[in-house]
Amino acid sequence: MKISIQINEGPYQHQASDTAYQFAKAAIERGHEIFRVFFYHDGVNNASRFTIPPQDDRNIVNQWAELGIKNANGEPELVVCVAAALRRGILDESEAIKNGIDCNNIHPAFRISGLGQLIEAGIQSDRLVVFGD
Amino acid sequence: MAIKKFMYLNRRSSFGTVYAIESLEVVLVAAAFDQDVSLAFIDDGVYQIIEGQNTNGIGMKNFSKTFHALGDYEINKLYVSAESLEERGLSADDLMPLVYEDEDDNWVEKSSVKVVSNAEISKIMSKQDVCFSF
Repeated sequence: MKISIQINEGPYQHQASDTAYQFAKAAIERGHEIFRVFFYHDGVNNASRFTIPPQDDRNIVNQWAELGIKNANGEPELVVCVAAALRRGILDESEAIKNGIDCNNIHPAFRISGLGQLIEAGIQSDRLVVFGD
Repeated sequence: MAIKKFMYLNRRSSFGTVYAIESLEVVLVAAAFDQDVSLAFIDDGVYQIIEGQNTNGIGMKNFSKTFHALGDYEINKLYVSAESLEERGLSADDLMPLVYEDEDDNWVEKSSVKVVSNAEISKIMSKQDVCFSF
C-alpha cells in the first residue's frame, strides 16, 4: 500500500513525531511504500539539523533521516511546508540567501516545499495518516 | 488525475493555537487541485466562522474574512456541528453568512453553511477519501 504521513507537532514536546516514525518504520518493514512524509505546523521543527538531544535519548531528526524516504529521482520525500517553516525559523540554503540570513538549519534528508505537496500526497496515496493533536 | 473527496475537520478556535489559520491555508491551496472539498466545524472549531471577530486587542491577524473567499473557489460545503454550537450557547444566526454562486442554477447566491448533527457529520466523513484533522 502507498502511504503518506502528515506530522503536525514538534519533536520532544509531543509524541506525534515518535509515533509517526514507529509507524513508518513498521510499514516499510511490512513492504509498504511511504510516498511522502509532510511536516506542518510545529512539525517543521523535526527537520532542524541543529537538534542536539542528550546522549542517552533518541535523536528524532536523525531517525527520520535514516529511514531514507526518497522518490525515484533520489529527492527526499521528507517534506517541510515552506510557509510554516519560514515562520518558525527553519531554512534551507536558498531561503536563507533570499532572506539575508547567514546560515541554514534544514537537515539534508529533508526538503522545503509548498502545501501543494500535501494535497498531492493525499491524491497519490492509498492512505494519508495524520499524527498530532 | 482522479478526483478525491477531501474533508478538512476544524476542531479548534481561531486564535488560541495556529491550527485554524494553517488549516485555512491548506484549504486555499487545495482549491487549485480541483478536488471535491468539504469542511466540517466541530467542538471549538465552530468559533472559526462566528460573525464579528475582532483581533484588535490581541495583535494577531484577523483571518476570518478569508472564509468569504471560499465560495469563489467552489468550496461551498461547510458543515457545522449543531451539538457543538448548542454546547457553546451559539446558533446558526451567530455564524458568518458564507455564500457561493451556483453555476448550475443561474448563479443564484446560496449559503455554503449547513448546520447538521454530529451523526450526520460522521456519515459524511465516512464517505471521504482523505480527512485532514486540524
